[in-house]
Amino acid sequence: MADAKSEPVISLREVTAELGGRPVLRGIDLAVGRGEVVALLGANGSGKSTAVRTVIGQVPVTGGTIEIFGTPRRRFRDWARVGYVPQRTTAAGGVPATVTEVVTSGRLARARFGVLRKADRAAVTHALELVGMADRAKDSVSALSGGQHQRVLIARALVSEPELLIMDEPMAGVDLASQEVLAATLRHQVDQGASVLLVLHELGPLEPLIDRAVVLRDGCVLHDGPPPKAVGQHALPGHDHVHPHDADAAPVRTGLLT
Amino acid sequence: MEFLNYEFMQRALLAAALVGVTAPAVGIYLVQRRQALMGDGIGHVAMTGVGLGFLLSTSPVWMATAVAVVGAVAMELIRWYGKTRGDIALAMLFYGGMAGGVMLINLAPGGSNANLSSYLFGSLSTVSEDDVTAICLLAAFVVLVTVGLRRQLFAVSQDEEFARVTGLPVRALNLLTAVTAAVTVTVAMRVVGLLLVSALMVVPVAAAQQLTRSFAATFAIAVAIGVSVTLGGTVTSYYQDVPPGATIVLLTIGVFIVLTLLATPLARRRARASAARDAACTADVPGSRSASDEVTV
Repeated sequence: MADAKSEPVISLREVTAELGGRPVLRGIDLAVGRGEVVALLGANGSGKSTAVRTVIGQVPVTGGTIEIFGTPRRRFRDWARVGYVPQRTTAAGGVPATVTEVVTSGRLARARFGVLRKADRAAVTHALELVGMADRAKDSVSALSGGQHQRVLIARALVSEPELLIMDEPMAGVDLASQEVLAATLRHQVDQGASVLLVLHELGPLEPLIDRAVVLRDGCVLHDGPPPKAVGQHALPGHDHVHPHDADAAPVRTGLLT
Repeated sequence: MEFLNYEFMQRALLAAALVGVTAPAVGIYLVQRRQALMGDGIGHVAMTGVGLGFLLSTSPVWMATAVAVVGAVAMELIRWYGKTRGDIALAMLFYGGMAGGVMLINLAPGGSNANLSSYLFGSLSTVSEDDVTAICLLAAFVVLVTVGLRRQLFAVSQDEEFARVTGLPVRALNLLTAVTAAVTVTVAMRVVGLLLVSALMVVPVAAAQQLTRSFAATFAIAVAIGVSVTLGGTVTSYYQDVPPGATIVLLTIGVFIVLTLLATPLARRRARASAARDAACTADVPGSRSASDEVTV
């Protein structure tokens, strides 16, 4: 699965960043290998969202280096290879837009001048089919539930046919049916060779997919390795999973993917 | 239709139609970014340009365009770099622009606030041949940007963070939006006036979205409303001797109210259809929004 020896698709070294003069990242190292699924965990305010937002260039770094597919982030131009799913709160416009219109905007990475060809429209339909939203293509996104909206945002990320997926809290506020669809979609992408960096509040139903977990606390890396044993709120009933990566034994899965 | 025989009316109607197209075309992106009042801010800043035009005896339209563009770019820069209280910085820009305009026009030889008034509230009958040329050129630029780059501007206005990851030049597109909005303000200045221009950018879009589910339809209907009210207002002001700017804005608000009333049963029917389709699903019932939820100006 994970090939740690190949060149990482994302590499952060000694990255520092601040928001409003307050240090949020205090020198973190983070690498995602080709085909690897890495979860970035931590409490609210630990800097996990800020870390992925430095990767996409939304938050400027004050020190350290970031490379995407081996290219320094500042010189990286090949954005069609990256699919990004932001936290759902950031994606609300003040004007109605249909599911198709929103997903099509993800295709601009490949349709550079905004001229859509047949292949682009087919890609939009295909991405909507992947997340099971093809029947809602002409509906306004504001008429969707939280989980359906999240599926649309994932379709928007997949429509450029990326090799690397970056997702910020994809399961937050998502109903059970949509969680299953999302987990299946993600597993399909991983099977096709995609690399994934996920920001998660807790491992939850995606746990069986995750190769490695990086835990942040107060802007520092606390843990980098197999997904951690449940502690704190992860130890609450319902999160008491057996970790399949801890042993070679056949994975015991208690999540949605069993 | 005898008003078509007068040359000043031909000029006025041409200018009005161009404003009817351009103001909603830019306004839709501002509403989408939830910066609906940006046009109002630019209008205030443009007043300094009008004052400067009088003082230097150059064309107030071109001077207002230049100052409005500088002001719009400044607002965009404040949005990027403003660490704290961006709204205070913007307020300074607005009121500085307005005070600057009043001051400069009074310094100009023979200038008084009476000259300013035709720019504040619009004065269609005094639109000159030169004004029409300027308005045509500026409107062509606005249409080129808002229609030609609609997919890019939609992406940036819908979700700036995501647009960055599609490789779009987000900063350049934001600046272009600001500049285009500034140009639109000066296009509309002679027709509805600087203080009312923002209404034509926002209200047709708000009215259109009472009926629509897609961005493309909202764009088309908003422009159709814009052209109807500007032409209708201009003709009304010819027959009734009422100020065109105020007539146009009141007509627009009237259209908004009528469409909102019409939209309530429409929204209810869509909600019912949507609920029926999802009847087998127990997780959620989408599409149950009421029309009043859609008034996002």
